[in-house]
Amino acid sequence: MALPEAKQTATEARLASLEMPGGAGWINALREDALTRLRAVGLPHARDEYWKYTRPDTLVQANAPKAALFAGDDSERFGGVDRLKLVFVDGVFDPDESDDLNLEGVKIERLAEASQTDIHWAKDLYGALEMRGQTPVARPMATLNTAMATDGVLIHATGHVSKPIHLVYHHNSETSDAILHHTIKLDAGADLTILESGPAAARFNKVMEVDIADTAAFHHVRKQGRDHERQAVTHIFARLGAESTFKSFTLTANGVMTRNECVIELTGDDAVAHVAGACVGDGDFHHDDTVFVTHDAERCESRQVFKKVLRNGATGVFQGKILVKEGAQKTDGYQISQSLLLDGDSQFLAKPELEIYADDVVCSHGSTSGAIDEDGLFYLRARGIPQNIATDLLTLAFLAEAVEEVEDEVLREDIVSRLADWLERRRG
Amino acid sequence: MLQIKNLHVDLEEEDKSILKGVNLTVDAGKVHAIMGPNGSGKSTLSYVLSGKDGYEVTDGSATLDGEDLLYMDPEERAAAGLFLAFQYPVEIPGVGNMTFLRTAMNAQRKARGEEELSAADFLKLVREKAKTLKIDADMLKRPVNVGFSGGEKKRNEILQMAMLEPKMCILDETDSGLDVDAMKLVADGVNALRDAGRGFLVITHYQRLLDHIKPDVVHIMADGQIVKTGGPELALEVENNGYADILAEVA
Repeated sequence: MALPEAKQTATEARLASLEMPGGAGWINALREDALTRLRAVGLPHARDEYWKYTRPDTLVQANAPKAALFAGDDSERFGGVDRLKLVFVDGVFDPDESDDLNLEGVKIERLAEASQTDIHWAKDLYGALEMRGQTPVARPMATLNTAMATDGVLIHATGHVSKPIHLVYHHNSETSDAILHHTIKLDAGADLTILESGPAAARFNKVMEVDIADTAAFHHVRKQGRDHERQAVTHIFARLGAESTFKSFTLTANGVMTRNECVIELTGDDAVAHVAGACVGDGDFHHDDTVFVTHDAERCESRQVFKKVLRNGATGVFQGKILVKEGAQKTDGYQISQSLLLDGDSQFLAKPELEIYADDVVCSHGSTSGAIDEDGLFYLRARGIPQNIATDLLTLAFLAEAVEEVEDEVLREDIVSRLADWLERRRG
Repeated sequence: MLQIKNLHVDLEEEDKSILKGVNLTVDAGKVHAIMGPNGSGKSTLSYVLSGKDGYEVTDGSATLDGEDLLYMDPEERAAAGLFLAFQYPVEIPGVGNMTFLRTAMNAQRKARGEEELSAADFLKLVREKAKTLKIDADMLKRPVNVGFSGGEKKRNEILQMAMLEPKMCILDETDSGLDVDAMKLVADGVNALRDAGRGFLVITHYQRLLDHIKPDVVHIMADGQIVKTGGPELALEVENNGYADILAEVA
């Protein structure tokens, strides 16, 4: 089917603003292939069903909309955690601010450098999970990323990685337009934690592909920064082997446009995948969590837990799907998406879906939207807790189910204090 | 201490009169009991005094040590020393019991211009009080009232009362849903708090609780008014003869 002209024009206009980075033959081929795939589907359009609740215009347009830099006081993220830092400023790697790339149990390389070498393990993985994630629903923003990403990291974990790798994304230019692509591979039995923080750029397109071999464990905790005007479209593509674990949590406070897609494929028996998110938004905040979990093996467990606190007209979107393929017996799938609307102007748009082709599975999903519990509020106030503090307590309690998905206590406390600070700054 | 004069209250949504001129004075150091049939307005009185939404005061006043309660927010009433032990304590998932207690204590102290309690002092205090009420560490850690049995919820109310040390305590059917042992435990908790500076208003259907918490004054409430006031013997009369005789007598 020929692409609608409007889509084709928009896609070409976007591509015209970009230059494909040079590299060795293998990556050039993968990029050219992605470009061909992108031209076949075109970039998202407001009329696309998958973009029904989130207008893709600002993510697709040729140049990044201007985004003011965050001016407030901001302490270092994950400051209390011993970690290896890799710093990107507006999408450009900053070696001076970054730590040494040597760490036991893992090999870390920059995409911009590794892509110059003739032979690299990443040739079998770069863009591969992104491509698998294109069916049954196209994700052209990720394909664009595979074709055009200027940098990123290649991480190969071979065993226990002694400390988290922290990808720090600074935003220093009001018009920066960053495209980063991370490719992560965990060998059997390896375990690795990735932390991400910061707004990255005025507009940020990021893909993270994670290939998790049997019995390996991958943990991911991300904070998307406080810059309000920035735009972000991110994708995580994960493939899980037998008895492996994938756990990802995202905190989003502020942001006029965020679309976080997470595409998980459970391909080995007894694998466990949890993806969770907590977001708090105010005014013209728009946040979209789009999740697609495919069960293609037996006895796997998946959990999606998303909580959104919205006020002053903020918008939250959740599109979550669990697809259980034929033969994926004893699947345990859970999905919950809830919003707390702190006033009547905010809205939450949810599309929970289950599609099941196996007969011996347990799958549940729920989606709710509500206000603060009046009885709870009165109970707290009757004990002397002022209304604004009582409201914050109940709001944090609402977010708790998502935040509790962060297993590490130090990281979890860090997230809770961020949320508490955000609420406190907005206290009436 | 607590002075209620000619209090008239309507239910906001239904435009229905619930309290039709309540007069009541509780002095410091005294325990007053209010008994009465269902629908007489006992619980409404406790909610109106503590500041719950949904009620409209159409006439009268309620003061605590001369301060007008009815114009205060619920949290201000609490800081002023009023405490309501709820008939149905609310479950608050996600908020730990300890966090709740400590936040409440320090909020009240702050409102009164007192210094906040340190974490260590708070912990010591809460452990000591919890022990006498047989509240274990697990109950303190769990979210407020979530998964608590009826008895545990009521004991948790008394724990809050013991920690907050209010001037005026209103107990709204604290005996409901309690077995004999639990009632004894709760009553012991209340009795331990009785002193010359503190007033109690105990709302109950049954005389049984009053065997354990001995009242100084007993009031009978019917159709939004206090229709009879007497000593502890009035509670026994209700126990033996029901409300019908008393109501017939005052009609």
